[in-house]
Amino acid sequence: MSLSVFMFYLLSGIILTFSVMSVTTRRILRAAVYLLFVLVATSGLYFLLKYEFMAAVQLTLYAGGIVVLIIFSILLTHHISHRFTRPALMNLLMGIGTAVVGSGLVLATLLTHSFKANNAAELPVDMSAIGNQLLSTGKNGYVLPFELISILLLAAMIAAIIVAKKDKNKNSEI
Amino acid sequence: MTGFAYTILIPLIPLVMFLVTGLLGMKWKPIVSGILGTIGMGTSFVLSLITAGKYFFGSHLAEGFQTIIPMEISWLRFTETLIIKMGILLDPISVMMLVVITTVSFMVHLYSLGYMKGETGFARFYAFLSLFTFSMLGLVIATNIFQMYIFWELVGVSSFLLIGFYYQKPSAVAASKKAFIVTRFADLGFLIGILILSFVTGTFDFAQLTQPGTTIFGSAASMSFLGISALTWAMTLIFIGGAGKSAMFPLHIWLPDAMEGPTPVSALIHAATMVVAGVFLVARMFPVIHFQAPATQEIIGYVGGFTSLFAAVIAITQYDIKRVLAFSTLSQLGYMMLALGVSGYGGEDGLGYMASMFHLFTHAMFKALLFLGAGSIIHAVHSNNMSDMGGLRKYMPITHATFLIACLTIAGVPFLSGFFSKDEILAAALHHNKLLFAVEFIVAGLTAFYMFRLYFCVFWGKDRHYHHTPHESPLVMTIPLMFLAVASVFAGYLPFAELVTSDKIAFESQMDFAVAIPSVLIGLFGIAMAWLLYKKESALPEKLALKWGVLYTATFNKFYFDEIYLFVTRKIIFNYISRPIAWFDRHIIDGFMVGIGTTTEKVSYRIKGMQSGQLQQYAFMFVAGTLALTLSMLYFLM
Amino acid sequence: MIEGIGIEHFLVVSTLMFFTGICGFIIRRNLITMLMSIELILNSVNINFLVFNRYLYPDQMQGHFFSLFIVGIAAAEASVAIALIINIYRSLQNIDVENVNEMKY
Repeated sequence: MSLSVFMFYLLSGIILTFSVMSVTTRRILRAAVYLLFVLVATSGLYFLLKYEFMAAVQLTLYAGGIVVLIIFSILLTHHISHRFTRPALMNLLMGIGTAVVGSGLVLATLLTHSFKANNAAELPVDMSAIGNQLLSTGKNGYVLPFELISILLLAAMIAAIIVAKKDKNKNSEI
Repeated sequence: MTGFAYTILIPLIPLVMFLVTGLLGMKWKPIVSGILGTIGMGTSFVLSLITAGKYFFGSHLAEGFQTIIPMEISWLRFTETLIIKMGILLDPISVMMLVVITTVSFMVHLYSLGYMKGETGFARFYAFLSLFTFSMLGLVIATNIFQMYIFWELVGVSSFLLIGFYYQKPSAVAASKKAFIVTRFADLGFLIGILILSFVTGTFDFAQLTQPGTTIFGSAASMSFLGISALTWAMTLIFIGGAGKSAMFPLHIWLPDAMEGPTPVSALIHAATMVVAGVFLVARMFPVIHFQAPATQEIIGYVGGFTSLFAAVIAITQYDIKRVLAFSTLSQLGYMMLALGVSGYGGEDGLGYMASMFHLFTHAMFKALLFLGAGSIIHAVHSNNMSDMGGLRKYMPITHATFLIACLTIAGVPFLSGFFSKDEILAAALHHNKLLFAVEFIVAGLTAFYMFRLYFCVFWGKDRHYHHTPHESPLVMTIPLMFLAVASVFAGYLPFAELVTSDKIAFESQMDFAVAIPSVLIGLFGIAMAWLLYKKESALPEKLALKWGVLYTATFNKFYFDEIYLFVTRKIIFNYISRPIAWFDRHIIDGFMVGIGTTTEKVSYRIKGMQSGQLQQYAFMFVAGTLALTLSMLYFLM
Repeated sequence: MIEGIGIEHFLVVSTLMFFTGICGFIIRRNLITMLMSIELILNSVNINFLVFNRYLYPDQMQGHFFSLFIVGIAAAEASVAIALIINIYRSLQNIDVENVNEMKY
């Protein structure tokens, strides 16, 4: 068993275990931490696939950004010792049923399907290639989505500020 | 001949007046609508006279009058060959009808200023009068049978509106419904006839249909249904439409009831114009009927003859002054139909056709006069019933004089217009069909009798107890009376044989003394009988009535035709046809529709609970639905 | 491409992760944990994109860029969602999803 294969199984195990724990634990802060583990392990998978840039983005943006954001909001809205009540039976049944049926269906489909392996030469995914293609206007250029997503991020930032902003008048009334 | 484009104004002015008085009539004083309508109608009247003068006397051609179409537009274009046009067609009969309609309508407009004064709905009345006049004018100048049909229905609608003018009175409402339903029923025949005719000939245009020696019927001769040729069917069905409007037996039942409308309306619609639409229709289609469907022509003749006799007999026993006049109208319409039924085509043979149109013209004048005179009497006495009247000649000299003239005219006293036209009809009947001649001869006597019975009862005899002393009507009402009286006297001197003929070529018509003298004698005999029986109040008529017993009762009740119709419709059609259909409609068709509605409502009430507002349930539904769709795509559809 | 590991292995992992996310979204009551489930779902999709790119079209980069943009959108979505959650908390004093049904009517 090569190291890569071992790493793959290790990372997959971490991902699956902590995903399940993240959605089942009754302490919310733990859930956030388990999510962090899942995200980090996912970035490990990206390294295995030799998408180093993507793995770095995953680490910084997800692990460093979003999870921190989530933890902040948890701290803002909960006591650390807060435990959830058990989910309603109906929701439990619905969720588990969907998950079982859905994953069964998808797995059955993809395991019976034979993917054609493509042995073309791998394109090196280094920083300069990504940068060139992202800002290129030619074939396979992504400048338009790039600009769009920058506007989207700006809009989201403004929206987040406005939505979460404290209403001065309201507070003065309270 | 050109330069007739202005004739479009003749129907358009009443249309504009209808719209103006109908839409704005509420805002004005009522009298404004009346005056406006009258002025508009007067303009149309003058224009019609100009048109007639120009058409008949402008340039008299040896080969007869031409058919002029000053304007025509394609109105509905169904296919390349099936186009419905709207236009104006001028030929002798349509020009004559223009004059008749505008004259009578103008007189009625004028007269109504006095008669309808102070009635609620005065403006509405004038709006409807204008609508009616517009429709009727559109009908007579129609260039094709479909345009005629459209205006025909408009005429029916406006007649319905005017009969039901006093819509608070149940009897008026019933009468208007009856008139509408009966004529509408007949119009069904008309429509089917039009469809058959246009199917076999491929055209609606009168110009093509009535052209002498036309070839469009070439292919039609071979078509037949139930052993009778398609054209005979078409013509007979069209005649049924005409019979409905002209109240020919057995579709006559609506006309006496239509007298529920205001009296000027009766004069305009149910005496002079609308009811002659059927006669006009037959005259319009005359070449087709005569050459292609001789059997239909026979039917027309016999129906006309029977109706005239039948109505004249009923008229003798009636006591309602307007109903007597209504049955008299039926009888005279029967005359006109009969004349068409016995007519030939072209030259001297076309005497019946000419006589029919002639009688139509004179009848419009004297019958309008009779109705307006009756209106004047009713206005004074406030009753329709003859037994409430008597000795009126002292109070109402002008009405008395004009009414007497009208009675003499209709009775066929020499040198008045009725004499000439009736004489022509009798002459035409004599040459063609002895039986119909005999019928008409008797009817001439009966007509004189019942008209003078009416006259003597109303104007002579003892005074009744009136609520207030009857007085002569105002000038706006007596002027039309006098005008129409003059027209009734002198209309007979118009050289109709040179103007309105079947093939549009003038011919000489001579007085047939062998016919004229006996008809005058029987007319005078009728008058004499009426004088004997009714001049002085006596017990004689009652004794006679008792002696005739059953026959009198039957006649008095109009031979129970209304009852027969009621029996047929109410007992048979309602019970055995309408009721099952209504049940089917209510329970099966409606039930189905209502079922759809209630089912939807119930189902939505049930599934309303699914809209819980719970995000997670929505998510579950979304994912489950996606999965279900995927499953079905993968395993069932592939 | 990794020797000894087929494309199916990755896909199985991402599928299970995806449905864990969906399961969490449905059974969790707390809005923040629901948001975390969404992050799981997005991540599994990201893995799929990259795996397909690497195994089936190694000479192109579409999958890579797609996942890049998905990360960007996930960041935007998370920031707005958290802003909303904080606002809801402010007005309702808790962030249980059952209570957020004002918009039903």
